[in-house]
Amino acid sequence: MTFFRAENLAIQFGGLRAVDGVSFEVREGEVYSIIGPNGAGKTTVFNLISRIYDPSAGRVVFQERDITGVPPHRIAGLGIARTFQNIELFQNSTVLQNLLLGRHEHRRSNLFSEMLFLPHVRRMEVAHREKVEEVIEFLGLQHHRESRVSGLPYGIAKVVELGRALCTEPKLLLLDEPSSGLNPEESEDMAFWIEDIQKDLGITVLMVEHNMSLVAEVSDRVLAMNDGRVLAEGTPQEVQQHEAVIKAYLGG
Amino acid sequence: MRFIFKTDYDQDIRLLKHGGHAFWYGLLLVAVLLAPVAVDDYYIGQLTQLAIFAMAGLGLMLLVGYTGLVSLGHAAFMGIGAYTEAVLLERGVPFLISLPVSAGLAAAVGIVVGLPALRLAGIYLAIATLAFAIIIEEVLARWESVTHGFTGMVVEPISVFGYELSEGADFYYLSVGLLILIVLMSLNLLRSPTGRAMVAIRDSEIAAQSTGIHVAKYKTIAFAISAGITGLAGALWAHKLGFLSPESFTVLQSIELLVLVVVGGVGSIHGAIFGAVFVVALPQLLAVGKGYLPTNVADAPGLEAGVFGLVLVLFILLEPMGIYGRWVKIRTYFSLFPLYKKASFKRQKTYLKSERLR
Ligand SMILES: Nc1ncnc2c1ncn2[C@@H]1O[C@H](COP(=O)(O)OP(=O)(O)O)[C@@H](O)[C@H]1O
Ligand SMILES: [Mg+2]
Repeated sequence: MTFFRAENLAIQFGGLRAVDGVSFEVREGEVYSIIGPNGAGKTTVFNLISRIYDPSAGRVVFQERDITGVPPHRIAGLGIARTFQNIELFQNSTVLQNLLLGRHEHRRSNLFSEMLFLPHVRRMEVAHREKVEEVIEFLGLQHHRESRVSGLPYGIAKVVELGRALCTEPKLLLLDEPSSGLNPEESEDMAFWIEDIQKDLGITVLMVEHNMSLVAEVSDRVLAMNDGRVLAEGTPQEVQQHEAVIKAYLGG
Repeated sequence: MRFIFKTDYDQDIRLLKHGGHAFWYGLLLVAVLLAPVAVDDYYIGQLTQLAIFAMAGLGLMLLVGYTGLVSLGHAAFMGIGAYTEAVLLERGVPFLISLPVSAGLAAAVGIVVGLPALRLAGIYLAIATLAFAIIIEEVLARWESVTHGFTGMVVEPISVFGYELSEGADFYYLSVGLLILIVLMSLNLLRSPTGRAMVAIRDSEIAAQSTGIHVAKYKTIAFAISAGITGLAGALWAHKLGFLSPESFTVLQSIELLVLVVVGGVGSIHGAIFGAVFVVALPQLLAVGKGYLPTNVADAPGLEAGVFGLVLVLFILLEPMGIYGRWVKIRTYFSLFPLYKKASFKRQKTYLKSERLR
């Protein structure tokens, strides 16, 4: 049984075939990276998986379930979390509030019990905070717990977004350019976290990334795309040396 | 170790974060309770009005300030609450039933009005709610068999188990008591998943969706709660007015509620209270000020509306966090006194300006 599978995915924007028949499989427990020049369609693949767009053809299968027709807000509940290329955080809330939102799918209360803040709502809030605290500790965000996100440096905000995704307790984590905008030190931290997420937390990672040294460092397998199509798939070395890939990067 | 952690989280969740909070809010409560003994009837009437406006404003605050959805038609929900209350009492329905039904009907209409909110945002939503308010005003005027149209209708007094509560200190305690309940309920929601989901939608719908929030469902919930609270305030307002006519719930009043929210401070419960103080006090100040103006200016029609508009614009430009924001700054200034730096409040582009009306 395959853990995750994209079958022949395609979508057009106007006349542009942004994604054009892309298929790949992700094995449980691996770090699988998608690389490719700007505009190759990588983010669009993520948006198809998280159901922001409907594909014009193809399907997405997660744990043997076709999720191509699932509404977008159900994706997190199925165990797929994501980050965004241009950070999407709740800017006017604190880091803690942002992370608590990652717990939304784990809530066990309704409107009326919340209005009265019944004892089980309080217990649930404490339990959420315990989980959030684990993530804060894991990512070293202690100093920023009460800070408003809008005032945070870019690198920290990026980590907060990763934290929010982890708070959902995903089985599959989609990271869209986790190291873009980070300085070399922060990128190095990011590499360690991705390894820890895979090894210690046992979460499968599907990421889009430009930084080839990061890709080579953490990925088990790599998929290269250009113009909405797959160019090559294999280990980081194989893909990096693939002729079509080199040509695409040189702008051929 | 674990245990210490837990009490920590509890502190994080508690409404009163520390002893200082408990002291000041306790003092405020005592002042509120003793007010009828200390001040005369006229001011108790004003305080009652303040409590009712604060409640109506709080309803709108949850929608505008916390969910990021603008409504230019909230007086209509007050109108629905007020007329439902008056009509039910007229037909002999007891107050303890008529009041929740009034709020409930306003909430139900809120759900319907919220439907366009699932597709519209910013200024387009504002226009849709404005249109709705105009329709309701029209319905109140034309549905004469129920509302008595422009003839207006008398609101029967509140009677609970034989006690009359419609006037003076009794009605004041009823209004303030309900306001306190609604404030507590709102605070509870805001520290629970539903309130967090509303704020999430305000700040980024796409991120909200990716964490599992059903955006349409929570927008609808926000509309229902908001309309229900404002409708409840409307039902109380009916008793304060004693006599209803369609002119009691005009678009101008909707704008006044929006002024309340913006001037008080978008995105804070305190803001709804401060805003209500402003909205209740301004006409009084104007009445005093008129004595000093030349008569042709003082008697100009629309002076009050004009001043409201001007204050709204000034606040949006100069103090987007409203009176509450100003208050927080002053408090911080004194607590940091010798070390205060202007940069402590480097102005953030607030969502009010940049995103709300996109
Ligand atoms: N919502 C959209 N509407 C129109 N064009 C889009 C949209 N999203 C992406 N595109 C286009 O699709 C192509 C692939 O974009 P994207 O997936 O963001 O590339 P990248 O590989 O850099 O992440 C680009 O040419 C982009 O302009
Ligand atoms: Mg991209």
